[in-house]
Amino acid sequence: MKVTEKDVQYVADLANLELTPEEQSRILKDLNSILEHIDRLNQLNTKNVPPMAQTSDKFGIDASKQGSDRFSYVMREDETRPSLPREVLMENAPDSDGAFFKVPKVIER
Amino acid sequence: MDLSALTVESTRTAVAERVLNPVALAEEFYKKIEADDPQIGAYLTLCKDRAMKKAAAVQAAADKGDALPPLAGVPVAIKDVMTIAGVQATAGSKILKGWIAPYTATVVQRLEDAGAIVLGKTNCDEFAMGSSNENSGYFPVHNPRDLSRVPGGSSGGSAAAVAANLCVAALGSDTGGSIRQPAAFCGVVGLLPTYGRVSRYGLIAFASSLDHIGPITKTVKDAAILLRYIAGRDKCDSTSADVPVTDYEAEIGKPAKGLRLGVPKEYFGEGLDTEVSTAVETAIQKLAQAGCEIVPISLPHTEYAVPTYYIIATAEASANLARFDGVRYGHRSSSAHTLSEMYRRSRDEGFGAEVKRRIMLGTYALSAGYYDAYYRKAQQVRTLLTRDFENAFQQVDAIVTPTTPTPAFKLGEKVDDPVSMYLADIYTVTADLVGVPGISVPCGISKEGLPIGLQILGGHFDEATVLRIAHVYEHETGTGR
Repeated sequence: MKVTEKDVQYVADLANLELTPEEQSRILKDLNSILEHIDRLNQLNTKNVPPMAQTSDKFGIDASKQGSDRFSYVMREDETRPSLPREVLMENAPDSDGAFFKVPKVIER
Repeated sequence: MDLSALTVESTRTAVAERVLNPVALAEEFYKKIEADDPQIGAYLTLCKDRAMKKAAAVQAAADKGDALPPLAGVPVAIKDVMTIAGVQATAGSKILKGWIAPYTATVVQRLEDAGAIVLGKTNCDEFAMGSSNENSGYFPVHNPRDLSRVPGGSSGGSAAAVAANLCVAALGSDTGGSIRQPAAFCGVVGLLPTYGRVSRYGLIAFASSLDHIGPITKTVKDAAILLRYIAGRDKCDSTSADVPVTDYEAEIGKPAKGLRLGVPKEYFGEGLDTEVSTAVETAIQKLAQAGCEIVPISLPHTEYAVPTYYIIATAEASANLARFDGVRYGHRSSSAHTLSEMYRRSRDEGFGAEVKRRIMLGTYALSAGYYDAYYRKAQQVRTLLTRDFENAFQQVDAIVTPTTPTPAFKLGEKVDDPVSMYLADIYTVTADLVGVPGISVPCGISKEGLPIGLQILGGHFDEATVLRIAHVYEHETGTGR
């Protein structure tokens, strides 16, 4: 067992999840079985292998350009554009006074 | 009207020639949905009023004698991870129940600009996380070919809707196989375009370096037609590539003679069902008869793809899903007294078990002390997997494999064993990690009557070759229409 109950509580805290005791024990079991499968990655020697975050910095770009110039097509003028109207967005708010989102009190006096 | 005979190609032609009335056609589809969908569960939301208005507008243009747009009157379904302004979008999650999207996804806009009629939003695994559609926060989807079996996931609703003739074509999303695997399980065509080929603006994010949108259709030609209209650079998605869009429909008419097809030995090993293996080998022989050269190849890091995927996808998901906190939209817990309690309880009440499992795994893999061991390691193995494909594409034009190791499994069969469920994606995850395009086409039926899928993978932005080979195969076997 790599992951402990304490780890589950710590990670749930980082992830802003409030897990029930049943959920905690199920996730403990599942994380350990998944990580056991994932541990086979350690069979590979990846020394000197560069990490890859995404594929679009390698494929579908102008290979004759260097660095950020390869992505010059995503650049645009720095100008203001209209955003979605507030009243449309506020219709989905769980609690609102029409102008702002209301949440439980953050600072106790 | 026999809705099963309709393809995108035949529907648009019949509408353009004024043989088919789009209003009557949409009515027929809603009648069939009402009759058949209670057993299947393919749709989460129908947008009938909206669809009938759009269909009436197409009909009015047709009556006036106007030239019609290329997909005029074609009824389509959209996986519920893509937004349509004014229509509920849930991503299959309870946390988004009742959320009315304030804007429309680029892919939907492009289909509607081309005249397509959106019938509704299809069921899926919650936040597209799953291989069986049993992780839907609402109800599972049943495979139209055998209602005791899963349709695959996560685009199970879209694949089932196409297979059951509850739409003519659909859009799905694919992060680890979620278009191709359900297409294989339901006996339809599913296309994964190259990463960056299709805009994701308006796609509810799961794993941003892996998420793709693509068509699920009855024929290869339909997939080619839809791709042409949804593909291309979009200013609203900086990851959409600045690569010209090919006329895929014209490309697929070309013969496959002389194309080199790689058959990777790693995709035919332990765990592959013998009926699937036989069907795929027979399909490869057919392609050889059509003039393709068959080349044995190796993709040596294949067995590391699933573990790599489950680190990268969950790490990205844990970040993407942090936005669901009950503040601005989505579910908010009514039992919370403090802000922190509100975040935690809203998320705990709103997310299902698989989503929590993946957020936990992803958060763990990114947390201090484990980042190098898991996340960085997986990113390095992603490089190795990419090199496997780069090497392969120096020798071959495309790669052929099974889409899935087995045909559709039973509902409930794998729900208690996440690793076994994850391994259902063993042949599909690599294309997402590497960013190459792929397609699944039906290549046979098992003794139990279940569809089997053939997967064809191509080089980056070479959808044309993938579609061309799939089209040749479809016509060699007479499975196309």
